[in-house]
Amino acid sequence: MRIFASLKIAGRALRRNKMRSLLTMLGIIIGVGAVIGSVSLTSGATKQVEDQVSSLGESVITVFSGNFTSGAMRGGWGSAPTLTVADAQAIAGLQNVVAVSPEVRDREQVLANGLNWNTQVMGESPDYPQIRNWPIARGVMFSDQDVRSLAKSAVIGQTVADQLFPNENPVGQTIRIRNLPFLVVGVLAPKGFNLFGQDQDDTVVVPYTSHMHRITTRTFVNDVLVQAANDKVIDSVQNDITDLVLVRHRSKEQDFTVRNQLELMQAVTATSRAMSFLLAGVAAVSLVVGGIGIMNIMLVSVTERTREIGIRMAVGARAADILVQFLIEAVTLSAIGGCIGIGGGVGFSKIVAYIKDMPTVTPMGWIAIAFISSAIIGIISGFYPAWKASKLDPIDALHYE
Amino acid sequence: MHAVRGVSLEILPGEFVAIMGSSGSGKSTLMNLIGALDRPSGGNYLLDGIDVSTLDRDALADVRNEKIGFVFQGFNLLSRTSALENVEMPMLYNRQRIAAHEQLERATHALELVGLSQRADHHPNQLSGGQQQRVAIARALVNQPSLLLADEPTGNLDSQTSIEIMGVFQKLNDQGITIVMVTHELDVARYTKRMVILRDGKIVSDEAVGNRLIAENELRNLRQAQQAVQLA
Repeated sequence: MRIFASLKIAGRALRRNKMRSLLTMLGIIIGVGAVIGSVSLTSGATKQVEDQVSSLGESVITVFSGNFTSGAMRGGWGSAPTLTVADAQAIAGLQNVVAVSPEVRDREQVLANGLNWNTQVMGESPDYPQIRNWPIARGVMFSDQDVRSLAKSAVIGQTVADQLFPNENPVGQTIRIRNLPFLVVGVLAPKGFNLFGQDQDDTVVVPYTSHMHRITTRTFVNDVLVQAANDKVIDSVQNDITDLVLVRHRSKEQDFTVRNQLELMQAVTATSRAMSFLLAGVAAVSLVVGGIGIMNIMLVSVTERTREIGIRMAVGARAADILVQFLIEAVTLSAIGGCIGIGGGVGFSKIVAYIKDMPTVTPMGWIAIAFISSAIIGIISGFYPAWKASKLDPIDALHYE
Repeated sequence: MHAVRGVSLEILPGEFVAIMGSSGSGKSTLMNLIGALDRPSGGNYLLDGIDVSTLDRDALADVRNEKIGFVFQGFNLLSRTSALENVEMPMLYNRQRIAAHEQLERATHALELVGLSQRADHHPNQLSGGQQQRVAIARALVNQPSLLLADEPTGNLDSQTSIEIMGVFQKLNDQGITIVMVTHELDVARYTKRMVILRDGKIVSDEAVGNRLIAENELRNLRQAQQAVQLA
């Protein structure tokens, strides 16, 4: 029997009871719609987080001062000053390390132009924009020469630029930190908020030497940013750093902590994977419910159309022809329901995205999964009614009232 | 319990046979056997040289598709389906696929044979009983069967329409189509050429129809009678 003819018969049977067909599909529509909608929203959120994680820089390893447990004292990252600039320079000499920046942080009141602004002042090396994957929008980064000469040069973030220089180009202007004049040599491109909701653009970056000797008086750095050559060598570089710093500190206990971006990414994706499993569970339950609805209606349909089945058998339809006809009808129902559900889910997520200003991503894989599983549900739930129809005796079916 | 017992019947190509009997005489069982809807529990049934009594379900379906055309008392057309599509329906189940344009050709031709080509796109509920039965006859003919099997074809029709339908059968029989008709009405049976009477599952009479009625003449007489009534 031709598939096209079967589809035509199925279409006619479904149009005959439009309301009933729609109600039957509703289970599949709601199930698929809910899954596609929530997958779109969580994938959007996950992607946002992943973007933020990768905005911290690629293949970046951070060496923090202090450790979770140091002797009997339990502290945290950066709780004890142990790392020095010399440690950072030693790390720079390791294999597969492409960039290093010793990092010192401090909050300062910054003055310029008759305005003032409280912001985070960071001491960094000229490698900082490269490590953080953070280009300079205007002007230039300060140089190694600036680091050596404790230069009073600064690169400012977009938020600071907006606050202190509302209507002019900050490059070439002077800002004052603890009454010291710093020349603004560059403005960092806007980067937005980080994972913890902090405005990353609310920052001033100066040479770490200037920070440690002019703004503050420090001998230790908060942490050291290290960029490995690529993600493949990140683990070995991390081990090398640990070994190196352990030897340099000559301490029995590890008084520093090494973390990389990949670990953070894995923690985030682990959450989203758990979410996906939850969604898959919800999807499975709602699709089963939808499938039961389809089976129910197909059984009713077979009973109602017993006579039609009898006629078709009398003119020569084989059992398999009848089976295929009703199977196609069930699959048509569930597949149309699946398509409507996919459309509804995508539409729903777009509306939420528009209202709540959230990014949404509908992965093509999930659309394919949703469509295929609704078709499979159609086959499974349609099989018993179709089999029942095909086993009817033509004589009984013809005389069914 | 055997509904039909010891029945030996031979029907030759081109015959027009009426199988008669009151209810319970076994004529429905005989019709189901002849129509390959059922298999005999004993004995043999040869249709066009094929021993139907040994066939399985699928093979029986194929025999019905290729060799038999059914016409039922209740028409048994598919509702919300045009006359043309109803006539095309048996061709959906042909083992050898028929191209769409050939299906259309054959269905149109079958509708022409029963004088209904003007109503090809009408649905059954837009047709009169007689017209619906003509569609059913066209459907029975579309696969060029060896045998046209009619079960009380005029049971749901008034007397004039019944005569018209018998006229269609007579015309088809004149073209060489073999027809077996099951009925309990003697009036209708007199349009056939041979009458087989069953009682309690046995053939009690099998003879040619004497002074056979011709539908054309009967219709003419009927119209004259109606005119006479109107004049009076």
